[in-house]
Amino acid sequence: MKKPLKRPIFTRAKVVFVLIFSIFLLIFLTGCMRNSSGVILAGSTSVQPFAEVLSEEYMVLHHGVTIDVQGGGSAAGILAAQSGTADIGMSSRSLAGDETKLWSVEIARDGLAIVINAHNPVVNLTTEQVRDIYSGKIDNWSTLGGSKDQIHVFTREDGSGTRSSFETLVMGKTEINPRTMVEDSNGAIRQLVGDDPDAIGYISLGLVDKTVKAVELNGVVASREHVIDGSYGLSRPFLFMCKNEPTGLTKAFIDFTLSDQGKQILDQQGLITTGITP
Amino acid sequence: MKLKKFGERIPQSLFFLIALSALSALALITIFIFIEGVPLIAKVGFFNFIFGMKWAPSLGQYGIFPMIVGTVLVTVGAVIIGVPIALCCSIFLAEFAPRQLSMLVRPAIQLLAGIPSVVYGFWGLIFIVPAIRNYLGGPGLSILAGSIILAIMILPTVISISEVSILALPPLLKEGAFALGATHWQTIRSVLLPAAKSGILASIILGIGRAVGETMAVIMVLGNAVALPSSILDPARTLTTNIGIEMGYASGEHQQALFATGIVLLVIIMILNASAQYAIRRK
Amino acid sequence: MRLNPRISQKIAKTVIWFAAIVVLVLLFSIIIYILSKGIPNITWQFLTEIPSDMGRSGGILSCIVGTLSVTLVATVVATPLGVGTAFYLTEYTHESIVTKIIRFSAESLAGIPSIVYGLFGFIFFVIYLKLGWSILSGGLTLAMMILPTIIRTSEEAIHTVHPMYREVSFSLGGTKWQTMIKILIPSALPGIATGIILGIGRCVAETAAVILTAGSALQMPVSIFSPARTMAVHFYILARESISLEKAFATAALLIILILIINIGANILVNRFVAKSH
Repeated sequence: MKKPLKRPIFTRAKVVFVLIFSIFLLIFLTGCMRNSSGVILAGSTSVQPFAEVLSEEYMVLHHGVTIDVQGGGSAAGILAAQSGTADIGMSSRSLAGDETKLWSVEIARDGLAIVINAHNPVVNLTTEQVRDIYSGKIDNWSTLGGSKDQIHVFTREDGSGTRSSFETLVMGKTEINPRTMVEDSNGAIRQLVGDDPDAIGYISLGLVDKTVKAVELNGVVASREHVIDGSYGLSRPFLFMCKNEPTGLTKAFIDFTLSDQGKQILDQQGLITTGITP
Repeated sequence: MKLKKFGERIPQSLFFLIALSALSALALITIFIFIEGVPLIAKVGFFNFIFGMKWAPSLGQYGIFPMIVGTVLVTVGAVIIGVPIALCCSIFLAEFAPRQLSMLVRPAIQLLAGIPSVVYGFWGLIFIVPAIRNYLGGPGLSILAGSIILAIMILPTVISISEVSILALPPLLKEGAFALGATHWQTIRSVLLPAAKSGILASIILGIGRAVGETMAVIMVLGNAVALPSSILDPARTLTTNIGIEMGYASGEHQQALFATGIVLLVIIMILNASAQYAIRRK
Repeated sequence: MRLNPRISQKIAKTVIWFAAIVVLVLLFSIIIYILSKGIPNITWQFLTEIPSDMGRSGGILSCIVGTLSVTLVATVVATPLGVGTAFYLTEYTHESIVTKIIRFSAESLAGIPSIVYGLFGFIFFVIYLKLGWSILSGGLTLAMMILPTIIRTSEEAIHTVHPMYREVSFSLGGTKWQTMIKILIPSALPGIATGIILGIGRCVAETAAVILTAGSALQMPVSIFSPARTMAVHFYILARESISLEKAFATAALLIILILIINIGANILVNRFVAKSH
């Protein structure tokens, strides 16, 4: 009473169907058995490029170890360290409140440069002037001895370590004007400031290149030397954080970062490791 | 006979299981987003959240009104720029274009629909933003730049769906109009377009959906300032970019606020979809 | 006074031709611009080396692998779920309020911004299920994103199978299961495959949802638990942070070529489908 037209391919379709379904089940079952043959770093996009250089160097020296570096942001780095999603969290601001319970180490200091377009004639700004620009009190370059154009102000997003350092160091209790344009990385701000003659922003000192100009702050040139001797006031720590006291591979990588070799790499990239002790 | 019935039962329950897990996965998203977001809306107050003018998560202030305005303005701009051009283009493809040309153009438009949105955003950053800055003033990163990019991005959606709905009309309509002595344009304007209205409307609504939902391209050209814009040359922030730009950095309440932003987006999309389906069904 | 119909016909025709030409020139200029800037930079090295120095040098092999594996996970998970659901809805249920609600929610979920899926995937897969930034998290997030599309297109494909086929099969004593396996699946296959390919295209082009869930690590992924950077994410980071424009354009060109191939595949299937159903 059965079997109308039968072609063998259909049974194969059935097999494939079941196969795909079981693969899908397998994925879910293995979900809990996550292997850890490497170290995962996550967090601040300001620390990320430097951590990438460190990890590249480390992997050349230690074959077979993988070090994955993720962005995400300082807050995500702190969250990732707390939850154990990442072995090492990276932050570009000091820890506060509950966060201080994490194990953390300062790997370097980084200057914060106020950058303007390379063609902008302005050379020097005072801290008050920068604050007034960001609060919206000063909105034209002519007030500062520049062109007659409106200032295009760029800031980082709420939650960024770079922004919270900038707020602490420059803004104090004053709020950043909500009309300020918001971008989500140092690189983006550098690119936009490099393109726009009327723009101002703040980025990692280590990332300043010839497309933008770092202004003098209160007459002090923004340079590594001046951050080290303390005359240039804008600097913030770069932190590595772990959920608990690090062990194994994680510890080995942190030790490498804090070793003379690691410090040399970070110095070459423009960070400041003077005064950092393992 | 019993065996056969049993054999029938297995696939039925298997399919039931599959459907159940797929649907519960989809339900999970909605429920999850509501669970994460609703407490914050409740805490801040619905009115303060939707109509609050100030977004300063570090100070505990969560008002998304400027972003709702930003979303609406950018989308309206995209529709004003994009839809007329797209409609002309779909009429062209359905009625005027030589066969060979439309055979070439259709897959090209399909390709454009598939290009990653970041590529459009980058293109806008290179060409549109400097052009606006140099010729119209302001920082260039602006509502206008966002609208232009989104207008380009919704072109493929609007063009292909409205073209299909014009082509799907019964040929009798056109022949009848011609027989009454109408010119080609008269036929299009007073017979074809009204007849294809529901499909065209649906294509526009789907285009709006795409514009509202776009994130990465808009982040790159919009400037993302959280203040009510006073002109189309001002920067602005949309609901999606608010999530995109701050997600990596948010924790605790701030994160919940982004989920709450997601709820608002969800509701907007649901409304748009319901109206698109209503438009389609009316035919 | 009304315009002469012939004159208005001329005007309208000119406007329409003009608009169409503007659209075509604009769209083609974007594609040609990217391809002409990118293709010269696509070298053998570019395709076979992993990125170094944050992507400034080296190739994008790990990103190609990242894109392929994230897309593969998404497709493998979403296909059986989507197609199975479509069969259940069309073959095992009667049109009712419930199926209407399901259809409406699938329709609405298809329109949800990808960033919302990213938000969900980040908190649910990455943090809550502790899958971390990984190919698995990214793939599962994308699977949920393309699931509604696959359900809808498969349903449509099954609906367009001529009811006669079904009736003949039943009248020959075929069971529902036999009918489905031997009649429905083969005839609806091209339509179903088109939906899947559309989903693949969406996965390849997606940025917002992937960057939050699969991460942005540059290392070659070793398992589905490794974090990965897809090509679209790589392009975004390279272009946005102006790390290397040549590499960015090359990545974009490669993406466009990949999507072109996917589209051609879909078109071939659609044509076959159309040929078959008539």
